[in-house]
Amino acid sequence: MATKIQYQFKKDNLINSVPTKYKESDLKSEEMLINIGPQHPSTHGVLRLEVITRGEVIKDVVPHLGYLHRCFEKHTESLAYNQIIPYVDRMDYLAAMNSEHAYAMGVEKMLGITEQIPKRVEYIRVLVAELNRIASHFVAVGTYGMDMGALTPFFWLMRDREHIMRLLEWASGARMLYNYIWVGGLFYDIPVGFEEKCLEFINYLKPKLVELDTVLLQNKIFIDRTANVGVLPMELAINYGVTGPILRASGLRLDLRKVDGYSVYPELDFDIPIGKGEMGQVGDCWDRTSVRVEEIHESIKIIEQCVKQLLGDHKRTKNFDPQALVPKKIRPKAGDYYTRAENPKGELGFFFRADGRSDKPLRCKARGPSFVNLSILPELAKGGMIADLVAVLGSIDIVLGEVDR
Amino acid sequence: MLKVLEILKANFPELILDESTSPVSISIPAIDLVAICQELYQNDQLYFDMLSCITGIDNGEEAGTMEVIYNLYSISNEQSVMLKVMLDRNKENEAMPSIPTVIHIWKTADWHEREIFDLLGIEFTNHPDLRRILMPADWEGHPLRKDYKDMERYRGMSVVYDRDEEATTTDK
Amino acid sequence: MGLLDQEFQNGGVIVTKLDDLINWARLSSMWPMTFGLACCAIEFMSAGTPLYDFDRFGITPRASPRQADVMVVAGTVTFKMADRVRRLYEQMAEPRYVISMGSCANCGGPYWEHGYHVVKGVDKIIPVDVYVPGCPPRPEALIGGFLKLQEKIRNESLMAPSALEKLMNKES
Repeated sequence: MATKIQYQFKKDNLINSVPTKYKESDLKSEEMLINIGPQHPSTHGVLRLEVITRGEVIKDVVPHLGYLHRCFEKHTESLAYNQIIPYVDRMDYLAAMNSEHAYAMGVEKMLGITEQIPKRVEYIRVLVAELNRIASHFVAVGTYGMDMGALTPFFWLMRDREHIMRLLEWASGARMLYNYIWVGGLFYDIPVGFEEKCLEFINYLKPKLVELDTVLLQNKIFIDRTANVGVLPMELAINYGVTGPILRASGLRLDLRKVDGYSVYPELDFDIPIGKGEMGQVGDCWDRTSVRVEEIHESIKIIEQCVKQLLGDHKRTKNFDPQALVPKKIRPKAGDYYTRAENPKGELGFFFRADGRSDKPLRCKARGPSFVNLSILPELAKGGMIADLVAVLGSIDIVLGEVDR
Repeated sequence: MLKVLEILKANFPELILDESTSPVSISIPAIDLVAICQELYQNDQLYFDMLSCITGIDNGEEAGTMEVIYNLYSISNEQSVMLKVMLDRNKENEAMPSIPTVIHIWKTADWHEREIFDLLGIEFTNHPDLRRILMPADWEGHPLRKDYKDMERYRGMSVVYDRDEEATTTDK
Repeated sequence: MGLLDQEFQNGGVIVTKLDDLINWARLSSMWPMTFGLACCAIEFMSAGTPLYDFDRFGITPRASPRQADVMVVAGTVTFKMADRVRRLYEQMAEPRYVISMGSCANCGGPYWEHGYHVVKGVDKIIPVDVYVPGCPPRPEALIGGFLKLQEKIRNESLMAPSALEKLMNKES
């Protein structure tokens, strides 16, 4: 078997590709430079943290990114608008439907066909997006519990997440990276019996959420490790551009589904949970996790309302074609557009520049929420201990695909 | 909001308002950037406290310009605005185009500006720590430029897809 | 060889080939290193969850490369990460195997054409034993990959090829 290895080794390969910010000469005599490297069980992906500590207390954290930079923006300059959707999936791979929804909304706004999308399509989009929001929060809370040492909630939540993935696989054909929400419609209509199975799943899930609360959120050890750790004041959060559950846990009731009112969210009735500092201060790690769990409850409310609409006013008809409005050639007029939507991790924004002549964007920039959320890590971790660093990093809930794009 | 933006025109005569983009955009020259951003941040009627996104665009060698676009959002007034700054593109051996940093107003700008420096080669003056953030430190070139050519090899591995290529080392 | 605790006919003595015994021991407890890079890592995690459960094959993820047998490269390898992949591979103790999981690790995946920072296949860095196709591969496909690796291990031999040839020539 011929080997195809082309990698050539030189001694200073590693230090040349990612030099540390602090050199030996910058450190005082009692300080240490610890490298929490790209391969680590609790960094949620390939993230490197350069930590300067004085004993166990952290003086500075320098995150090094780019280990998963997959050139999304270069791909958008050479592919047509509808061909970019699988790449949008792979940025935030835990909430692919939400990312596709944001992108499809952006291109539809550019084309000016937002008002013409049939209501049934909009309700299906919101339904699958909320299901994916629940799945994403399951992974976030489950892996956070695992980082804190609680293995049981991880397995229970992944078991429940498998049900959601099976539902979405029934609708779209794939378990995780769907390519389902297209510009102007959907790839397929939802199968017959999908709405009833959704309701069955919701009824199955409600007692499981009560169990999750008891085993993780009210657990004394979890509370001791996360309350009063990594407190983020509201003004600092806004200045750093943090959005999503983290900003809501710091006390600001900002949710783009209510503020912008895109898709059919204005017709749905749901609350926005904020952090109240029940177990510690407002804006600590416990608050962030509790906001995520409460958002799961709100998503369940939204799903019930969507299913009611899909079984009632917007029932399936014989000649309903989800691809009816999908344009053959997407050629928007020249201009600059910025669209944003509420992902489970925060505000996902797409900046488009179209030149009116071609069906490829001139520039498409993705503003990943995890990229901006990660920038508060040095602020929150300073002064704490290394175990608190793991707690803070888990509560920020990053997905490296979105940080590096 | 548009009336207030018109008022800004009195102080900064080179400001151009454009309502065809979504959201409304203002084009300004690079020298006025910090002053206008301070005004947008501190003016009571405007109060743009969140910087959502900074984008860099390379318009190519023929057009000879590069742009930096700031997307701002005001949480209390629920308004968005786009700031556009046009810069001259640099030719082969000239220095990189430069623009002042807004990191002292919004801390979000820190990593966004590092990313634009890394991928497009625009320098942000007075930035405390302008290093590459996504690409390795010894990468040559700025990938999102229109005239970027892929490196031949990095650490011996071919950068462009070529599955029939022979191995360059034979160790197992 | 059935369940060992049922075999009592020969007074608790088993006669077997050393090759078979060692290969059986190795394939029944392959401990992968947790090396999840991107989306395939989530499917790797799902393969450990109660529904698909790779623990029944003796597969337990270990965090450190020194304690692992098999390295499952799950996700896209970028040039920045390439040095680290090589270093981790060399830190593993022999016998070590590599499973390349997913389209990105096999050949660069969907990023083969315009990905300037993506290594077009992890076999440019380390030698790979089993390739599992898919984007991402289902957990059953990953378990199928492990079973294929088990088949490969079952056919391994402790003796060096030249010694084996001499033995075959002597026998025939």
